[in-house]
Amino acid sequence: MSRTPVAIVGSGNIGTDLLYKLLRSEVLEPRWMVGIDPASEGLRRARDLGLETTHEGPGWLLGLAESPALVFDATSAAVHLEWGPRLAEAGMRLVDLTPAAIGPYLVPTVNLGAHLDAPDVNLITCGGQATVPIVHAVSRVVPVAYAEIVSAVSSRSAGPGTRCNIDEFTRTTARALEVVGGAERGKAIIVLNPADPPISMRVTVMTSLPEDADTAAVAESVTAMVADVQAYVPGYQLRNEPQFEPAGALSGGRGRMTALLEVTGAGDFLPPYAGNLDIMTAAAARVGELLAETSPVGSATGSTEAGAPR
Amino acid sequence: MSRSTYSDELDFRVTDSSLRDGSHAKRHQFTVEDVRSIVAALDAAGVPVIEVTHGDGLGGSSFTYGLSGTPEQVLIAAAAETVRRARIAVLVLPGVGTTDDITAAADNGATVVRVATHCSEADISVQHFGHARRLGLETVGFLMMAHSQPPKVLAAQARIMANAGCQCVYVVDSAGALVLDQVAERVSAVHAELGGDAQVGFHGHENLALGVANSIVAHRSGAVQIDACTRRFGAGAGNTPTEALVAAAEKLGLRTGIDALAMIDVAEDVVRPAMEREPALDRLALLMGYAGVYSSFLRHAERLGERYGVSGASILMRAAERKLVGGQEDQLVDIAVELAAVGESR
Repeated sequence: MSRTPVAIVGSGNIGTDLLYKLLRSEVLEPRWMVGIDPASEGLRRARDLGLETTHEGPGWLLGLAESPALVFDATSAAVHLEWGPRLAEAGMRLVDLTPAAIGPYLVPTVNLGAHLDAPDVNLITCGGQATVPIVHAVSRVVPVAYAEIVSAVSSRSAGPGTRCNIDEFTRTTARALEVVGGAERGKAIIVLNPADPPISMRVTVMTSLPEDADTAAVAESVTAMVADVQAYVPGYQLRNEPQFEPAGALSGGRGRMTALLEVTGAGDFLPPYAGNLDIMTAAAARVGELLAETSPVGSATGSTEAGAPR
Repeated sequence: MSRSTYSDELDFRVTDSSLRDGSHAKRHQFTVEDVRSIVAALDAAGVPVIEVTHGDGLGGSSFTYGLSGTPEQVLIAAAAETVRRARIAVLVLPGVGTTDDITAAADNGATVVRVATHCSEADISVQHFGHARRLGLETVGFLMMAHSQPPKVLAAQARIMANAGCQCVYVVDSAGALVLDQVAERVSAVHAELGGDAQVGFHGHENLALGVANSIVAHRSGAVQIDACTRRFGAGAGNTPTEALVAAAEKLGLRTGIDALAMIDVAEDVVRPAMEREPALDRLALLMGYAGVYSSFLRHAERLGERYGVSGASILMRAAERKLVGGQEDQLVDIAVELAAVGESR
């Protein structure tokens, strides 16, 4: 079976790690990589791996005789806001790894089915990919009035994009806990830790619980969800059993659950401690595969051969 | 060498953080009445800046750090209404609080914003300094856990903050782990780097019983803003006691603009009654200074030790081993569960 040809925009660490994941895919074929710097290491590496590359930016994709069916955007919010709509208009479907979030938030284990037709889907944040599944796992059992997450990542794995706009992380992640996770109100906290050797990503998810919550059912749901995420992020794991506390003054009069997780990366291109980056590229690859499998795209507007199998 | 001074009138400017750092010791349960009485008394004694915020900064009210009994913005507004002379400051940790929180605090009358990052991560504060300056607020930067990085790293990080619009960079001894010369080296390095571009400040804790002494050393090394908490009302073994700092400064001929006798009374008559307990240099607090642990972990370690039947001291020592930074209170749960699993007993 022929694989669906896809492009990666962004030749930095994230784009390169994603490239390695896509090279293993049985569904997707990474064929193009787009950068802006002729001296880019990432572009050179992609060429060595057989991809067609450019340093002319995303507009280059519009001029291809054969267009990619799917485009992964691993650049920045500004680039995605500028180019995302133009690529989508040309019939390319977009998986957005930036904080631009033109399209709906998407977490593969939670809401992919709801957005199979969206021209542009957004992967929230690394913290969102790591925590929304857990909030959803609780909210599918009991109502969640409040969910809070703390995401701690190694300083070395936090790039300039995250650093110069950290509010975007907290706001976007909090919103995703609500919109996708199913919490009435969400709060997100991010911490950068410079320890050497670097820490792997640690995330903590806390949710309020109704007084009569069946904690065994909640724990079971959380454990099942962790297994689902592990299908595409093998290094995603609970550090301990979910912890339950009865209602008390410190929890605002409600019971609460605490799930402590660790995310270790696959070490494709990025080092294993960078679980926060791995979970984004792994989610992107997963989403791309599911989109290609469930609604094979082929028809880029105005170009009959776009996306057709070679 | 000419001594650095804050202004023609003050040798150093004191910021009293009882209503922010003290929030940790009060488990974030300050009431409007607490704020009104403490602010009025500090203001009357001549304290020039009074900080009012959740202990973990704007937006800190959370499961992880503790829910506020009264919303911090209500407390900030009450402080701003009460005050006659002093400026009201707020703290924000990027990653916890956002620029929206800064805007709300400014609307409620705060005029000084203090942006705190771990001391190697200053670049996450750029957005917040820019925002604060656009709102016309005075800015201060906090390089937290300053014991954990050498002077030259702190100086480079201070430069990032100053370039972002920070008007005074503090060397923040969050763990109360710095000892005299170590303060001097760090403050001097930051001072030398910043030159006239921004001032230097110092924030001390009492975990090694050195708050006042370290603060004086900091001033001699170029710091012109100093933090303190009345009656040590702060995290860990508490902060540099404002009333003692003011008294010591007076004996050294250093001008703070604060009436020492009035402060001594405020500490006893107004602030002490608002405290749950006197901060103590007990085993846990001393371990924090000794091992270099973020001071606000104290009450969390106590509570988790009780809950999981493990030693609070072991929790803190493991926090030091794991090199946890401020904001990672959630990992204390992980440590407590781990200790309980291996049968660590109290």
